[in-house]
Amino acid sequence: MVDITPADAVPPAEVGEMELYHPHSWWTKYVFSQDAKVIAIQYSATATAIGMVALVLSWLMRLQLGFPGTFDFITPEAYYQFITMHGMIMVIYLLTALFLGGFGNYLIPLMVGARDMVFPYVNMLSYWIYLLAVLVLVSSFFAPGGPTGAGWTLYPPQAIMTGTPGGQDWGIILMLVSLILFIIGFTMGGLNYVVTVLQARTRGMTLMRLPLTVWGIFTATVMALLAFPALFVACVMMLFDRALGTSFFMPAIVEMGEQLQHSGGSPILFQHLFWFFGHPEVYIVALPAFGIVSDLISTHARKNIFGYRMMVWAIVGIGALSFVVWAHHMYVSGMHPYFGFFFATTTLIIAVPTAIKVYNWVLTLWRGDIHLTIPMLFALAFIVTFVNGGLTGLFLGNVVVDVPLSDTMFVVAHFHMVMGVAPILVIFGAIYHWYPKVTGRMLNETLGQFHFWVTFLGAYLIFFPMHYLGLVGLPRRYAELTDMTIMTESAHHLNSFISIMAFMVGFAQIVFLFNLIWSIRHGREAGGNPWRATTLEWQTAETPPTHGNFGKDLPIVYRWAYDYSVPGAKEDFIPQNVPGSFGTSKEPA
Amino acid sequence: MSVILVFLLVVVGFIGWWLSHQRLMSKPWLEQGMAGDFVALDRSALPTAKIGLGVFLAVVGCLFALFTSAYFMRMALSDWQPLPLPRLLWLNTGVLVLSSVALQCAVVATRRGQLETVRLGLVTAGITTLAFLVGQLVAWRELSTDGYLLSSNPANSFFYLITGMHGLHILGGLVGLGRTTAGAWNGARPERLRLGIELCAMYWHFLLFVWLAIFALLAGWAATFIDICRQLLT
Repeated sequence: MVDITPADAVPPAEVGEMELYHPHSWWTKYVFSQDAKVIAIQYSATATAIGMVALVLSWLMRLQLGFPGTFDFITPEAYYQFITMHGMIMVIYLLTALFLGGFGNYLIPLMVGARDMVFPYVNMLSYWIYLLAVLVLVSSFFAPGGPTGAGWTLYPPQAIMTGTPGGQDWGIILMLVSLILFIIGFTMGGLNYVVTVLQARTRGMTLMRLPLTVWGIFTATVMALLAFPALFVACVMMLFDRALGTSFFMPAIVEMGEQLQHSGGSPILFQHLFWFFGHPEVYIVALPAFGIVSDLISTHARKNIFGYRMMVWAIVGIGALSFVVWAHHMYVSGMHPYFGFFFATTTLIIAVPTAIKVYNWVLTLWRGDIHLTIPMLFALAFIVTFVNGGLTGLFLGNVVVDVPLSDTMFVVAHFHMVMGVAPILVIFGAIYHWYPKVTGRMLNETLGQFHFWVTFLGAYLIFFPMHYLGLVGLPRRYAELTDMTIMTESAHHLNSFISIMAFMVGFAQIVFLFNLIWSIRHGREAGGNPWRATTLEWQTAETPPTHGNFGKDLPIVYRWAYDYSVPGAKEDFIPQNVPGSFGTSKEPA
Repeated sequence: MSVILVFLLVVVGFIGWWLSHQRLMSKPWLEQGMAGDFVALDRSALPTAKIGLGVFLAVVGCLFALFTSAYFMRMALSDWQPLPLPRLLWLNTGVLVLSSVALQCAVVATRRGQLETVRLGLVTAGITTLAFLVGQLVAWRELSTDGYLLSSNPANSFFYLITGMHGLHILGGLVGLGRTTAGAWNGARPERLRLGIELCAMYWHFLLFVWLAIFALLAGWAATFIDICRQLLT
C-alpha cells in the first residue's frame, strides 16, 4: 500500500492550462456554443426529439400488427417506411448520438477534470453537422415518395429498386446522405472524446483511476471511429449505384420485364461492409451503458466496484473482439461452413468478458448498502434485461439455431432486449442520476417511480411474448400476418396484447418528458452532490457547473473513483480530490 | 475483408503497446495520494493537436483500407476488366512527392527559424498540390474521352471513386495549408506557425503514402503482390 498523504507534496503543473474560448454574446453562449456542456444538451435534446419520432413510428407499426386491417392509412409501403426509419433512428440518431454526443460531451471533461474538450470548435461543428444529418433524415418524410422502406439494414439490390418505397425516389438518397453527414459529424466529435481522455486529464488522474463511465465511452468512441468508416464506404458506394448507375452492389437485374443497366455487382459485399460497422455498433451502444451502470451501482450501493481492473480489461477485450464477429449477422446469406464455425466461436467467446462484467455487478451489490433510488432501479433492471437479451444471443450465435430463427420475431425480441431496452434503461438511469448536476434540481420521485415500473414491466410484457411468437414461426418484416396458418387466434391475441403494452410504455415516456421539463423549475433543490458520489463532476464549485467547469484551480486526484464505505473514514464516501488515506486496508477487489 | 483486418490488427497492436505502458496491472484501490501521478505516464509530451491529427489519420487509413477491401472483393467477380492507367499518373505522383518534400523543407526551415525558406516551402507545396489535383482531373478526362466511363465497368467505378476520395482529402488539407501559409505572412507566433507546418507535413506525408498505396492497387501490383504472398503461404 502506498501512502503519500500530505497535500503539500503536490508537484507543480507540468502542462499549462488550456486556453478557453470565452463567449461574448447570447448566440455564442447558448446556440453556437463551444462549451461541451451546452453541446451535450444540444445533442441530447436533438436525439430525444428525433427519438420521439421513432417512438411514434413504433406505435404505428404496433397498430398495424396488433389490429391488422383496421387502419387504412397504414399501407404495406408505409409499414416498411415505419420499420426502416424506426430502426435507423433508434440505433444511430438516438442511441449513438445520446451516449457519445450527449453523455460523452457532458461527462468526459467533468469526470477527467478538464476545463473543456480539447478542440472545442470542432466539437461545436460536430453538433451542427449532426443536426444537419437529422434534418436531412426528417426531410425524407416530406420528400416525394416518402422515406426509404428498405429496412434499417438497407440491403441492396432491393433498397434502390422500384418496388421498395423510396427506392427510386428521394427516400434512399436522403437516407444515405444523412448517414454520410452523421459519420462526418461523429468523427469530429469522436476525435475530441478520445484526445480529451488522452491529453486533458487533471493531475493524478491516471487511466486506472478513471471512472468506468469514461472507460466505456472512451473505448466505444475508439471503436466507433474505426467502425463508422465501413458504413461510410457502404453508403458512398450505394449512392454511386443509385445515382450514377455503377454496379458495386447491383447484380444484373430484370425489373418489371426491363433489364436494368447494372450488372455483376455483389449484394454480399454490401452486407460485409454494413455488418463490419453494424456489429461493433452494438457494442458502441453497449459499452457506455456498461460503464455508466457500473458507476450507478457502485454509488447507489455505497460500495466500491468489484474487480475494477477486470472491468477495464473486459471493456477493452469486448471492444477488440467485436470486430471479428460481424458475419454472424449473415448466416442466412450463405457462407463456407468453416466461416460459420469461426464466427459462431468468436460470437460465443464475447460472452466471456460480458459475463465477467455481469458477475462483477452482482458481486458489487452483494452485501452493499443498496439504496433503491430511481437510478439504481434502472441499473438493476438493466442487469436483468441484459442477461435475458444476452442469453438469446447465445441461441442466435449458433448457425444451426440462427438459420430457422433468423427471419422470425424471435430475433426482433432478442435485439430489442439486448440493444434496445437494455441501453435505454441505462440512459434513463443516467438521466435520473446526472439531471441534478445539469439543472441543479432533482427529478420528481413519484413520476420517476411510475416511469420506471411501467417502462420496465411493460418492456418485458412486450418482448417476452414476442420470443414465443418467434418460436412458433411468426415472421418478421411482414406488414400483415392474418392469412397465415401459424397465425392462430391465440397468437393474434398475443399480438394485440403486445401492441396495447407498447402504447402504455410509450405513454410512460411522455410522463418522463413532462418530468424532465417540469422539474427544471419545480424540482427539489439538489445541492452539489445529492448522491454523495466520489467522482469529480460532483465536486464542482457550482451546480450546474459554469464555463470552465472547476472554478479557479483544477482539482487534483488522489484516489480512484470508488472509495465508498471505507472503514475508518468519517463519511461513507471519499471524493477523488480529497487527499489523505483513511483506515488501514481495504478488501482488494 | 482481409485488408481491413490487417489494418485493424496494426491499430490494435499499437493500442495494445500503448495500453501496456499505462500500468493496467496497477491496483488503484490500494494507491492513494499522488503516487500514481508519474508525469511520463500521464499524458504524451506530444502536442495535443498532433495526437488529434494522428487519431484522425488512423480513421482516414481505415477508410482507405475498407475501400481496398471492397476493391479486392469486387475484383474477384467475373465482369472485372482492368483499365489502363494514364501515364499522366506517374507525373502526378512525382508532383505530389515534390509537395511533400517542400513541406518537409519548410519543417526543417521553421526549426532553424528561416522564415523566407518557410514561406518558399509552403508556397511550393501549395502550388504543387494544386498541380496534382489538376493533373488528376486531366487524367479523369483522358480516361473518359477514351471511353472508360464511370459506370461501364466496376474497375472504372473504383478508379474514379478512390482517386476522388483521395482528392477530396487533399482538398481538405489545402484549407489547413492555406491558413498556415497565411499565418506565415501575417506574423503568427513562431511556435504556433511551427506546429501548423508540422501538422501539414504530417498530413501530406500520410496522404502521399495513401496515394502510393492506391496507385499500386489501381495499377494491379497490389493484387500481384498478394498473389505471391498467398502462393508463398500455400
